[in-house]
Amino acid sequence: MDFLTIIQLLDSTVRLATPLLLACLAGLFSERAGIFDIGLEGKMLMAAFFSATVAAVTGNVWLGLLAGIGSSLVLAGLHGVASITFRGNQLISGVAINFLAAGMTVLIAQDWFQQGGRTPSLFSGGRFTPIDLPSAENVSGVPVLGPIYSELLSGHSILVYIAFLAVPATWWVLFRTRFGLRLRAVGENPAAVDTAGVSVVGLRYAAVMICGLLCGIAGAYLATALQAGFVKDMTAGRGFIALAALIFAKWRPWHAMGACLLFGLLQAVALRFQNIELGGITIPVQAMDALPYVLTVVILAGFVGRAIPPRAGGEPYVKER
Amino acid sequence: MDKMPKWADVVLIPLISLLLAAILSALVILGIGEDPVAAVKLMVQGALGSTYGWGYTLYYATNFMFTGLAVAVAAHAGLFNIGGEGQAMLGGLGVALVCLLIPWPHWSLALIFAALGAGIFGAAWAAIPAYLQAKRGSHIVITTIMFNFIAAAVLNYVLVNVLRPEGSMDPATARFPEAVHLPSLHELLAPIGISFSKSAPANVSLLVAVGACLFVWLLVWRTPLGYEIRSLGKSEPGARYAGISPVRTVMIAMLISGALAGMMAVNNVMGEAERLVLNATEGAGFIGIAVALMGRNHPFGVFLAAILFGFLYQGGAELALWTSIPRELIVVIQALVILFTGALDNMVRMPLEKIFLAVRKGRS
Repeated sequence: MDFLTIIQLLDSTVRLATPLLLACLAGLFSERAGIFDIGLEGKMLMAAFFSATVAAVTGNVWLGLLAGIGSSLVLAGLHGVASITFRGNQLISGVAINFLAAGMTVLIAQDWFQQGGRTPSLFSGGRFTPIDLPSAENVSGVPVLGPIYSELLSGHSILVYIAFLAVPATWWVLFRTRFGLRLRAVGENPAAVDTAGVSVVGLRYAAVMICGLLCGIAGAYLATALQAGFVKDMTAGRGFIALAALIFAKWRPWHAMGACLLFGLLQAVALRFQNIELGGITIPVQAMDALPYVLTVVILAGFVGRAIPPRAGGEPYVKER
Repeated sequence: MDKMPKWADVVLIPLISLLLAAILSALVILGIGEDPVAAVKLMVQGALGSTYGWGYTLYYATNFMFTGLAVAVAAHAGLFNIGGEGQAMLGGLGVALVCLLIPWPHWSLALIFAALGAGIFGAAWAAIPAYLQAKRGSHIVITTIMFNFIAAAVLNYVLVNVLRPEGSMDPATARFPEAVHLPSLHELLAPIGISFSKSAPANVSLLVAVGACLFVWLLVWRTPLGYEIRSLGKSEPGARYAGISPVRTVMIAMLISGALAGMMAVNNVMGEAERLVLNATEGAGFIGIAVALMGRNHPFGVFLAAILFGFLYQGGAELALWTSIPRELIVVIQALVILFTGALDNMVRMPLEKIFLAVRKGRS
């Protein structure tokens, strides 16, 4: 493997890690506030469909992004109503949202476009185009650092940069603001937050909505930047890999970035090489597919550093009467 | 005192939830410019109007009975087994190995051992998440989700690299020998003078599924083990205080659950396809969640809910065939049923409880 191949591999790692990272941070906000969310997949899928649809019809990718975020927020609101207001089972609500998105996207796509559950392909204005960082062209000749800057760091769509900027932003919001402190507290001990006179319901809704916003961006990225249009089931389990990354990162923002880059790298490798020869042993491509999940189970098992979720996660809060 | 009479909890709430799901589904059909009444007529005609339709409805229902029971048994122990899909996939592997490696003299013998193989493989796939939940406290929902994906990768590998016959491009096993062919309902009913469609896939494993319903009922309500499972599901400290080992009970409940999900393969792999293909389960493991919720985790409820979903599945296929409504309509209905009977249960329950309390106050 030469240097350029490695750069290309890392470049595609960044591209593939972006939706994972956005969804992972989305889950981070929700679960830190005590709301389990296995509906990341569904929210991304819905957002992917509506962003691709609006971008295709209007030709404006920014309107598409807004539509994607809007549709994801609707599902997030549904999750909030079910799990906060009606104190239902958060896991079951997540399952329902995943199926709702899987079914509705194809149903609507077939009704509007009659293309077997896909949207029309997006052209220039309907997609997020790569952004060249300043003087990327000029430095590409510089050995080692040149290609890293011009090939790896430059030339991604704006959403990629947003995703990676969202990591320090998430860290800052969660660990350096009053809102973040309260949000984390509501995921550990909602009764204490309630006693302090802060609304548990309000905080949890806020967290679920931030989750919807980030899932919306993730879905829009899939359909309007990574690919050019929506196809049936295009999230392909990414919501669950993001969930795995979240556990792998033990619900911490910077670690989430590390986990998403790792899982992105696995996807990139699986995409580029079919079977990998490693010292006479062939590693089948399926092993690469399964690796994120296996790693997550190992982490969950607590043999390599224990993953402890927020304490009040999954439990509806009942105010004392 | 309970806030509601038992019949309201068991019958009324599921019916109202189902009604809400049906109304919303009708709105969805209206929304995509089709006529809901005509759609329902077509579904009833297609799924129940002929023995051919019934054959498919019952075939799907057989799958859903197994996966629904799997979810229900785990739910009684307070566990949410979302891994029925993966366990059913592995069950398929068990069936394929039993059918391909051993030359069976008769289908009945093969059926017993195939069911055993499917059960063992399914249980084994549930064993690791169960152990991690029982011993290390790893959340079983997350681990079983992960195991679904791992199962898909394992099956993909095995079908592409190991079990695929020489020279075949298809990622599937060889066809099972003629001797393990399970009799279809047509072949079972013909000797007693009832004519049933020849081409429908419903087969003798329907009886196995009904037997499994009976077995689960006996297990949960008529054995000490079932009592332990239910005690644990109601209250872990309570169960512990009564001398019930949570580790042991979680393990046993999940092994039974996994075995039931795995045994679905007797129907879809051995009874229908007669070879193991990729994605043989077609999401039946997830429909088990809806079926168990709808059936209130009771075997008889699961039986009825499985037939309802079998009807929806076959009816949906007919819709996709004759109208422009895609099959995904069923996924939407399934989502709505899960939403209303599961997540939004309190939305239906809270107002009903108020009504019953008010009525009771008025009487006394």
